[in-house]
Amino acid sequence: MIRDHFKVLIANLASGKGTVATIDGRDSVAGGSGLAALLFNKYGYPDRPWNDPEQPLIFAIGPLTGYFPLMSKTICAFKSPYHDQYTESHGGGRSALSLRFADLDALVVKGRAARPSCLAVGSRHLEVKEVHYLWGKDLFFTGKTLRKMYSGTGHRSILRIGPAGENGAAMAGINVDSYRHFGRLGCGTAMGSKNLKAIVIQGDGNFPLMDSKDYTNLFQEVHAKLTDTDMMSKYHNLGTPVNVAVLNQIKALPVRNLQQTSDPDIGGITGEKFAETALLRNAACSGCPVGCIHIGYVRERFQEENRYLYRQVPYDYEPIFAMGAMLSVKNCFSVLGILDVVEKMGLDVMSAGVALAWATEATEKGVITNQETIIPLSFGGTEGYKEAILHLAHGTNEFYRILAQGTQKAAERYGGKDFACVLGQEMGGYATGEVFFTSQALGLRHSHLDTAGYAFDQKEKDKNIPKAMDFLVKDEQGRVLLTSMVACLFARSVYTDELLSSCLKSVGYNSLANNLGSVSQNIQSLRWKTRLATGYKPETVTIPKRFSEITTWKGSIDPAYMQGLMSAYTQRILELGKREQS
Amino acid sequence: MKILTAPRMERCIGCHSCSLACARLVHKRLSWDTAGIRISSSGGLSTGFEARTCLACDPAPCAMVCPTGAYSQRKDGGVIVRINLCIRCGECARACPVEAIYLDATGEPFVCIHCGRCIPFCPHDCLELTEVGSRTAVGKEAAS
Repeated sequence: MIRDHFKVLIANLASGKGTVATIDGRDSVAGGSGLAALLFNKYGYPDRPWNDPEQPLIFAIGPLTGYFPLMSKTICAFKSPYHDQYTESHGGGRSALSLRFADLDALVVKGRAARPSCLAVGSRHLEVKEVHYLWGKDLFFTGKTLRKMYSGTGHRSILRIGPAGENGAAMAGINVDSYRHFGRLGCGTAMGSKNLKAIVIQGDGNFPLMDSKDYTNLFQEVHAKLTDTDMMSKYHNLGTPVNVAVLNQIKALPVRNLQQTSDPDIGGITGEKFAETALLRNAACSGCPVGCIHIGYVRERFQEENRYLYRQVPYDYEPIFAMGAMLSVKNCFSVLGILDVVEKMGLDVMSAGVALAWATEATEKGVITNQETIIPLSFGGTEGYKEAILHLAHGTNEFYRILAQGTQKAAERYGGKDFACVLGQEMGGYATGEVFFTSQALGLRHSHLDTAGYAFDQKEKDKNIPKAMDFLVKDEQGRVLLTSMVACLFARSVYTDELLSSCLKSVGYNSLANNLGSVSQNIQSLRWKTRLATGYKPETVTIPKRFSEITTWKGSIDPAYMQGLMSAYTQRILELGKREQS
Repeated sequence: MKILTAPRMERCIGCHSCSLACARLVHKRLSWDTAGIRISSSGGLSTGFEARTCLACDPAPCAMVCPTGAYSQRKDGGVIVRINLCIRCGECARACPVEAIYLDATGEPFVCIHCGRCIPFCPHDCLELTEVGSRTAVGKEAAS
């Protein structure tokens, strides 16, 4: 191991200086999600608003980051502009290994820079540089400029925001190294409110390994499991977009603002179609030999005389669901064209897509008019959506400024709450049933990845609420352990508790390795305690009517069952938040 | 003799598994820098990746400038490094025309030893060991 405690850099944007804190807790919170919650409790202010300059923006990695394959993710924790409560968003790219080799277990950004700035950190480096000339610039230009301004190509991570994060959109994300994102719940605006356009993390340190073959042998074993077996083939092959056809087949694909759960005409945006016609190449997060990143392209004719430009655009299932199926855009190049604009603006693609799906249905129903949307929105109308995304990111008028705060908020102002597809935040792409809807509506991150509620919906036939509760709580516990290491959740079938324990032992974390059960319980409780302390009231969360109106392969949604699940999960969450911590 | 080559870098996905393997297995370090092969993006991720690794020069400029004999010519290309003879002057890295030698913060040089232990960790088969006989050694004909 590198150290048995945490080394955390607290960077203050107001002063341009920082301090290095040595913090205990490795054996109780591990790192990643657990460390982020610990740091929020130490440096955050639960009672102050999200945009108080002293609120921390936290990036944390775990004890196995860089040591094993797919230990390649970073946890971003912050008080969210979306709901003014504690949350996490997870991202990959080079961020995790860059933090590891910058010799930091976490980076905590505090204060607000006097002028738009870029924070650069490394193992022997801390600098806050004024970059007012990048403010207002899109993510592409910003990335290209920063790459020239800073050294360390290939071994650094560039985190940056676009106009959406500068303009206060509660659905602005942070772009990581062009093709990955801390997407959800407005971390981009948490960063923008600090006048922080970008963070450059230089991974320029290195560490001696222990003189033992146990680690290298185990690495070999894990690497083989991840690359030689079928366990990761889904991600290596078509990638997550394979879900489009699968979910469509079982009537679980949210289509046309969830007015439908399948579409016979979906063939133009399946994972197979993307791979066949639009896939340019693959890429990987650092330390991941699976390489699940799928990069397509857009090609635009900009002059009559056959002059073209092209750009590379990453795609995954969730962006295709949000900007394809939900908007009834059924051509893969049209979807990529919309995603390209979303990338430039730095919006959370899922929230933006679901918000525009609501706005389209609201337009159809006469709830809003072109006076609000500026340009006509219609399902399948690619060019209109591209323009609407610009308005959403720039907050062109009052309607877009409110919509950028969340679909629910827009529905409260203009009407149309029944068909706002919001489960805590804009829904993930799984219309699998009551357990998933409950899980996302109440989950800590309001993410489709908080638990495998979608899998429970698919596997379990009976409506057994206690069984569902036990599953959700247990599954969340397992996932927070992984996100404290910090593993990519795509590797969850490989990294069992037993394997995690072996990995930790092989690099010297024996005490942590021997107590994973109590540690994961502890992290789970700490996260909930932290969320609740910032004002979360799960008992007030409701699921909009639209979610009760759909039909899946299992038949109609059972509102009474869903209400029972919501009540029971609320109770369990409140209990988790009260559980004594070790 | 075989040398490490990277003939299929257009397949590279930037996972850094090769660098991490070299650091782990050859140099006993956790690093993507202190390795004989290092991956960088060639002008941003959208333009793909390059491998910074020894091209097995013969004669090797790094060996020629080494003042202590820490670097010596490897038969058929590349160098043999005896690190206990190295005085951390950094001349080897400055002499390398392709930036294949990494100097850590103490000035210790890291360069490919053409062992091929990185190869099995590349998921896209970008790397291979090539028989030297299948290429023309730089300067050999002119010298003979």
